[in-house]
Amino acid sequence: MDVAAVPAVGYMVRRAQRGFDDAKVPLLGVMGAFVFAAQMINFPVGIGTTAHLLGGALLAYTLGPAAASVTMASILAIQALVFQDGGILALGPNMINMAVAGVLAGYLPFYLWGGGRWRRASIFAGGVLSALVSAVLALAELLISGVRMPLSILAVSLSLFLVAAVLEGAITVAVIGALEKIQPNFVRQPRQGRPFALGAAALAGLLLAAVGVLVAAAAPDGIQKLGIQTGIASRAQALFSTPFTGYQAAFLAAGWQRKTLGGLAGLALVYGACLLFGRAVARKRSA
Amino acid sequence: MHHIVLERWSRGASALHRLDPRAKIVPLLALLAALATARHALPEFSAAVFAMLCAALVAARIPLFAALARAALVLPFAVVFAAVCWLSGDPARGLALALKSYLSALAVLTVVATTPLPVLLRGLELLRVPLFLLTVAQFLYRYLFVISEEAQHMRKAAAARGTPARPLESAGARFRAAAGALAVLFARSYGRAQDVHRAMLARGFTGRLHPLFDLRFRPADAAFAALASLAPVAARLAIERIR
Amino acid sequence: MKRPVIEARDLRFRYADGAPALNGVNFRLDEGECVALLGPNGSGKTTFVLHLNGLLEGQGSIEVCGLSVERRNLPAIRRKIGLVFQDSESQLFMPTVLEDAAFGPINRGMSRPEALERAMAALKTVGMEGSAARAPYHLSAGEQKKVAIAGILATDPEILALDEPTTFLDPPGQRALAELLGALPQAKIVVTHNIPFALALCRRAVFFEGGVIVADGPVDEVVSRFGWEFATAAARPRR
Repeated sequence: MDVAAVPAVGYMVRRAQRGFDDAKVPLLGVMGAFVFAAQMINFPVGIGTTAHLLGGALLAYTLGPAAASVTMASILAIQALVFQDGGILALGPNMINMAVAGVLAGYLPFYLWGGGRWRRASIFAGGVLSALVSAVLALAELLISGVRMPLSILAVSLSLFLVAAVLEGAITVAVIGALEKIQPNFVRQPRQGRPFALGAAALAGLLLAAVGVLVAAAAPDGIQKLGIQTGIASRAQALFSTPFTGYQAAFLAAGWQRKTLGGLAGLALVYGACLLFGRAVARKRSA
Repeated sequence: MHHIVLERWSRGASALHRLDPRAKIVPLLALLAALATARHALPEFSAAVFAMLCAALVAARIPLFAALARAALVLPFAVVFAAVCWLSGDPARGLALALKSYLSALAVLTVVATTPLPVLLRGLELLRVPLFLLTVAQFLYRYLFVISEEAQHMRKAAAARGTPARPLESAGARFRAAAGALAVLFARSYGRAQDVHRAMLARGFTGRLHPLFDLRFRPADAAFAALASLAPVAARLAIERIR
Repeated sequence: MKRPVIEARDLRFRYADGAPALNGVNFRLDEGECVALLGPNGSGKTTFVLHLNGLLEGQGSIEVCGLSVERRNLPAIRRKIGLVFQDSESQLFMPTVLEDAAFGPINRGMSRPEALERAMAALKTVGMEGSAARAPYHLSAGEQKKVAIAGILATDPEILALDEPTTFLDPPGQRALAELLGALPQAKIVVTHNIPFALALCRRAVFFEGGVIVADGPVDEVVSRFGWEFATAAARPRR
């Protein structure tokens, strides 16, 4: 997981550096400190419960997705190193889940529909998605690593995630609203009039990918069956047999490797989606 | 606050403190890798790692029990996973998760408690971590406590305005008030970021970040790095062979 | 005849929203001179100071140490004039005192050892060399102000410009600052509302009003002319 995190974060850092110069460093650093401090402010959400802001979506709407990723990455690093919060072994996965996937997923609805009548709704949706995608990916990674979860616990976890995600959306939209009253140009203004179909397709694709990862992780045998039915598995076998005749039997026979392959395939899907999306955003910006 | 303790520890003068940060980071990575992939004989290996880390902490004159307690901050997170594993009928995996979490946190703490943060960041820079990211982290750390204090002042000021009489009514209003407070904190932080940038310009910042520090990698550093990297690996191989 | 280190002629500036901030400021500062900038809030004092090192750009002409304030001269100008901002917390942005004091020299392209040497010398001048390894966050307001000044001195400037330097200081701290500044040979511009401080440090004062300088003379004369004496011993308690 850490291996995948390095190129992902590296890509985001390079994007941020290309987009603006080193002069933005104090801005990202200070706003990272802001998010840290902001997590201290409690939002009452009912009898005796409070929630607090996670921040990925908020940063994306004010600083842009690349800057938001870098900022989230430094927040996670400082949390793990200085505050022993979250654990160093989880740092790689956390970076992918929150700093990369969460930020991009949160930015997507805003990028598509934030310019028009659906601004508030898209901000809310972005907040929800940023928290939900991060959590779902984390859950999937846990399952891939071999932790077994009975359906009941899975269901409870997912519903908790949904609640937390909705809260993040609500807090994000409230704070953005308050921010716009103080100074409208704190918050970005995406272009209007994006084709609805394209947006819906992208969003659906992202959701499917996230769900796909979860399913693949939870039920790797299903993917394998699917693979055999569509002949993919046999074709892959053929590919590997030619140069590696001796090794292919051992490679495909081992049980845990199949599961990992299935899970990794799902992750690669999400990673690829993020990469493509990031490239599309960069192209639009330079256009 | 906790961070003050860590900062005090990191300014010690033991031999471990004086090592080049790279000589501490590389063995740390080796240890984390060995720990993360350990599967067989985990209890024995964990004991060996624990002993190694305690020895390092004592040699660095870091208060041992305080350090062990601080590393335990990572546990609430790991305990949740452990509980899930236990409920799913796989307590061994849960225990393994908790153990690995704690030991990796202790290992990180050992490095962070013997290396001031600016020096640590410079070590990471020399190990090819992007300077942009490291400098953002540096500024983040610098202003973390400043802005947290501002946030605390705002909370106290809000509390001083008194609690509303009717709880049901107030939840929505308090929610909006919290959002407003966050927005104000955002605006203040943004303004501060602009002030910092202005101060940097006024002192000759040309738009290019400069490397943070001068570090010299001595033979002693290389020797320590080699030994410390091999130790956990050797320990694990030995333990797994004996088992 | 002392040479001028600052000459501003008919300086004008408007903010982005169109509000006029400077309406034709004429100002001259000589080598080694110390001037207090007085005037109501919003009269343009700080805005004026921000023009001196090119942080703001207006119409009219400014020359600092003989160099016209324009983009190509900014690196040299920012070496000659050092700004000490009102909020020291935002000015000391490096992790340790020593690194912060060395920021100026390092950004000039000085070698690391030389920059650190300059930084230590500057810290000694302000009496903060013992705090070289400390984090700015842990310093008191007075200590922060001294380190900020050290950071400016490290580049060997000819002019020090300070924006309301006594704001967070207690009276002993204010006295110490006046003594420290008084011992420095550089020309000084001090934006301040603190009249005793101005009287202790400067011989000359200019009074800003509505974006122009309306008076220029000895401090006590300018103060009494505009009724700015509330904080001085001359003020009588109300009955």
